[in-house]
Amino acid sequence: MPTMMYRDALRRALYEEMKADPRVFLLGEDIGLYGGAYAVTKGLLDEFGPQRVRDTPMSEAVIVGAAIGAAMIGGRPVAEIMYVDFMTLTMDQVVNQAAKIHFMFGGQITVPCVIRTQQGTGRGAGAQHSQSLESWFVHTPGLKVVTPATPSDAYGLLRASIQDDNPVIFLEHKGLYAIKEDVPEEPFVTPLGVAEVKREGADVTLITYSRMVHLALEVAAQLAERQIGVEVIDLRTLQPLDMETVLKSVSKTRRAVVLHEAVMTGGLGAELSARITESLFDQLLSPVRRVAARDVPLPANVALEKYVVPNAEQVISAIEETLAVKQIVR
Amino acid sequence: MDRELTKSLYKTMLLIRRTEERILEEMMKGKLASTMCHVSIGQEAVAAGVCDAMAPQDYLTSTHRGHGHFIARGGGLGRMMAELFGKETGYCKGRGGSMHITDITIGHLGANGIVGGHLGIAAGAALWSQISSNDAVTVCFFGEGATNEGITHESLNMAALWKLPVVFVVENNHYAMSLAWERSTAQLNFTEKASAYGIPGVDVDGQDALAVQEVAKAAIDRARRGEGPTLIGAHTYRFLGHSRADPSKYRSSEEEERERARDPLTILRTKAGTDVITDSDLEAYEAEVKQQLDDAVKFAEDSPLAQPSTVFEDIYA
Repeated sequence: MPTMMYRDALRRALYEEMKADPRVFLLGEDIGLYGGAYAVTKGLLDEFGPQRVRDTPMSEAVIVGAAIGAAMIGGRPVAEIMYVDFMTLTMDQVVNQAAKIHFMFGGQITVPCVIRTQQGTGRGAGAQHSQSLESWFVHTPGLKVVTPATPSDAYGLLRASIQDDNPVIFLEHKGLYAIKEDVPEEPFVTPLGVAEVKREGADVTLITYSRMVHLALEVAAQLAERQIGVEVIDLRTLQPLDMETVLKSVSKTRRAVVLHEAVMTGGLGAELSARITESLFDQLLSPVRRVAARDVPLPANVALEKYVVPNAEQVISAIEETLAVKQIVR
Repeated sequence: MDRELTKSLYKTMLLIRRTEERILEEMMKGKLASTMCHVSIGQEAVAAGVCDAMAPQDYLTSTHRGHGHFIARGGGLGRMMAELFGKETGYCKGRGGSMHITDITIGHLGANGIVGGHLGIAAGAALWSQISSNDAVTVCFFGEGATNEGITHESLNMAALWKLPVVFVVENNHYAMSLAWERSTAQLNFTEKASAYGIPGVDVDGQDALAVQEVAKAAIDRARRGEGPTLIGAHTYRFLGHSRADPSKYRSSEEEERERARDPLTILRTKAGTDVITDSDLEAYEAEVKQQLDDAVKFAEDSPLAQPSTVFEDIYA
């Protein structure tokens, strides 16, 4: 199996989908000649030409609008918005148009488009280039929301997203582009809406997605040395949300911690905590804990940024709290 | 003068006018399922003229004030009325209402409730026409209010840059809800506005259906030849308020009287002469339209209501 970087896995997915389906085309800022701000689309202009790999003006709203319009009449566009923070400039198109068209028009029209963007911290990119905004999209019925954590998932989920007949917000993570993993040479598609148990454990379920999956695995390895079994779930897609896998795991461990890089308030942690509690209240040995970014804008100063986002100590301490409650109950 | 074209434009405008009058009537009777309803009475020449110039494979995007575009493009009155009545036989299964009326089979890509929200969609449809060489032109109707939205600039720039087969039709009815055109922009001339994008701009009397048809035809042909978009400023007037709740107190009754005297139906009849559209033609048209509307309302009344449980359908394809 060849070792592949996250960005190369994404490019492979784009390449294979474009080869297989002439309806697939790309548009976005600096994706052609420049090869993409994070080099995901490098080489695709040479391969597919300027009709299908379109460098656009700096016009985020019409980039998404044009993707929607093309999708409505037969195209399968993949638009790139350079930073999720710039999605703010496209919100009418995403929320009022893409998400609503199929429903609002009585199912007459589908919008098979993918909006690729990247989010997250780790580069000191500051308040307007580092946010994690997945909750906004999850809060809008009609959108699918995908958050790959690994090269294999980046590849398989992007292919599934392009093949999907709905608008998909595909959230890459800027801190993951250079991570490597063995990705099978044989083409495959990873279905949307299926979480993955990344590590089994008996004592507590740690639910996360995107870059935080790697922190979760690091913590789980550390705690294993202390004989604490942490089951790590990578949600992989947030809409649809695979609650079956989550609830199955929490039924077993009876304790849950949700971890994400987005701010705590109104985040996925709140949603998951509520759903777990609603379903498994009488089985839980302790309250569901959340570990998330502090409720502040992100500073550009790397040291301050690091203070805002979750770290291993916070995750460990949350897990310890869930375990401690059990002892009190005894 | 093309007699057939003239008659056809007149009939289309009459159908739009009478349909909207009937919609208001049914609304007063409490038949509409939604409170949202914006009529285009006074603006019929723009919809009729532009849609006449379109080819069968063409697309259009429409606005919250979109009944006219829908009817002029050949949308069915029965399912339209059913949609307004909240019936499951409506074009949007009774969940879109007046503001989101759509029929993809006639190339109608939706009436949009967000001012300017569909300009990017129109550019995108035209982009796909360019990539796939499907020989279609997209007509994008929007009000002059939308010309002050950000995405309008983005869309015009992209369409002009890539020479997309799209025609932007500003239906300038002079009021963005209460705001008069003159109070909303320092540049009132669409030829000038278009020049900023390096595309042709045309200002046309939007109350003259024949004039509108002529400029629309030229613009659509140009777009189909691959020469890019045109910005048409069709100057018209919204005879009634923004919606039922609007008594139009922000404009004078003198102005309203003056503008209502420029009724597009009267203008076309006068231009055509009584030998092209005779009095007995008029009678026949009226009778035909009335029958169509009675049938449409009956179809709507007889249709089953959209059921609440259907809200879970069509969220995802």
